[in-house]
Amino acid sequence: MNSNTDFTLAIEGLTVSFDGFKAVDDLNLYIDKNELHVVIGPNGAGKTTVLDLICGKTKSTSGSIKFLNKELTKLSEHEIVRQGVGRKFQTPSIYENLTVLENLEVSYPYGRGVFGSLFFRRGTAVINKINDIAEEIMLVDVLDTEAALLSHGQKQWLEIGMLLIQDPQLLMLDEPVAGMSVKEREQTADLLKKISKGRSVLVIEHDMEFVERIAQKVTVLHQGKILAAGEMSEVQKDPSVIEVYLGH
Amino acid sequence: MTFVYQKLMGGKSGLTGFVILAALILVIFPLFLDSFRLNLVGKYLTYAFAAVSLVLIWGYGGVLSLGQGIFFGLGGYGMAMFLKLEASSVANTAIQSTPGIPDFMDWNQITSLPWFWEPFNSFTFTILAILIIPTVFAYIIGAAMFKRRVGGVYFAIITQVIAVILTILIVGQQGFTGGINGITDLRTLNGWDITSDSAKNLFYFINCALLLTVIIISRFILTSKFGSLLLAIRDKEDRVRFSGYDVSNFKIFVFCFAALISAIGGAMFTLQVGFMSPSFVGIVPSIEMVIFAAVGGRMSLIGAVYGTLLINFGKTGFSESFPELWLFLMGGLFIGVVMFFPNGLAGLWHDYSHHITNKFAFISNLFKRKVSVTSDAPVTQKN
Repeated sequence: MNSNTDFTLAIEGLTVSFDGFKAVDDLNLYIDKNELHVVIGPNGAGKTTVLDLICGKTKSTSGSIKFLNKELTKLSEHEIVRQGVGRKFQTPSIYENLTVLENLEVSYPYGRGVFGSLFFRRGTAVINKINDIAEEIMLVDVLDTEAALLSHGQKQWLEIGMLLIQDPQLLMLDEPVAGMSVKEREQTADLLKKISKGRSVLVIEHDMEFVERIAQKVTVLHQGKILAAGEMSEVQKDPSVIEVYLGH
Repeated sequence: MTFVYQKLMGGKSGLTGFVILAALILVIFPLFLDSFRLNLVGKYLTYAFAAVSLVLIWGYGGVLSLGQGIFFGLGGYGMAMFLKLEASSVANTAIQSTPGIPDFMDWNQITSLPWFWEPFNSFTFTILAILIIPTVFAYIIGAAMFKRRVGGVYFAIITQVIAVILTILIVGQQGFTGGINGITDLRTLNGWDITSDSAKNLFYFINCALLLTVIIISRFILTSKFGSLLLAIRDKEDRVRFSGYDVSNFKIFVFCFAALISAIGGAMFTLQVGFMSPSFVGIVPSIEMVIFAAVGGRMSLIGAVYGTLLINFGKTGFSESFPELWLFLMGGLFIGVVMFFPNGLAGLWHDYSHHITNKFAFISNLFKRKVSVTSDAPVTQKN
């Protein structure tokens, strides 16, 4: 368990129990560099809990989570982020009272201490970076708009942008296309393909069409355990997967 | 220059508001009020420090502190202890059984100056104590609460409880603190008579200068990335945490700064009013400070000052004629403001001044008879 690996993320023997109920049970999951990995599974399978465990929101009962061979389970949330792990929440989690530009600025990974933030200057490097990211997430025209006024899809993109500006090595997205229109789903799929170059991406998704469009590797989770893993086409044929999930 | 203009003054509207406030308290009040009333306004303005501190911690930080009286009191008591020691020279207290100690100690059969009073013989120490002790105390409370992620109602209740404990401590330890009467009979500061009109006038202007400085520093904090982060934490604390920030440190800092400001207000209170008592430490004053900030507008540093002035003028005016009615009236005013003007006076001003500017723009456009082409087309929303 203490062996170092080439994986970006190596989860081994991960277990968390809430009052005896094992939400995640002896889970092993490996994510390669530059891999776009999708976790699917029925409601209550423990998908979101896995993300909570990786980013430190929930503390594991046992097991190890190694990110670039560094153990994450003992770190606090902000330390995990500073290692290079970004996490997008299921419902768009942005700062409604700030403009798009300020949302991105606040997420910019400098001036993270109290005094650093007091004397942080919005220099050209910052502005350029914000513009690049805004371009990528298709929000460059609305930089000065208050985030509360964005459409649902734009809010989701903004949150992805807020993570991208931190340039994480591992990006975790919890149902990024929930509530999006068909066109927005397509744009998001393209966006994900683009941003998965040069970093690993872990996506939780319900929408099978969307999964087929983006996934390289799929893991099916059921009752806290891995049911099947592999290519999307293989997984779809797996009888146990059809039984618990796809057949419904 | 742009740094001063944008960051310290808050741009055009911020500068206008600041200049109007400065003119009001530095020029208009001193010109039109007699010495007694001016001193009264000076007293109100010491509460404004606490109201401004609540704009930072409550309005922007989203953390309601019902214990700003603690820090106001600590600052005030620090100053009072120094002044009391000076007033209790051996010559002045020759009739006591133990000359040279404050009179209330003598009444309580204390025969020597307690150790924690000793350093308050030094003016330098006193100033440092006024600035440092409340800040450190706030740090201890803040670290204990925010690191454990205690917030919201729980934080409000805990700060209130601490205010009560401090009051009980002060009242109960009469021999060391002067008890319920507080520390009274303060006369001189380094030999200079502080009860004279000229001294009171000078304190008034020092108080105004300090208040305006505090507003400028607060504005610097709020216009920095720190200020955006405070709003972000108030909105979505988890998102900030998962963007790599240690959220508790930001809350601790703003709580400490709020405590520091309140303590300065408390020290200025003692100087201008000439005594300090537990009735400025406990729950009632702490909640009154919240009302000042709410009425003025909890998102406006300058609004908080007006809120403080308005309520206190009202308090003095009404309680002179209907002392019983005032508390009900203030309660009603608080409820009314929260229900109908959640942004307080500052919100009213914001809406109203927009209205005026629009009208002016409309009229001047009529005169110019010029059709302006909108080069900066408003950004259209995709839905």
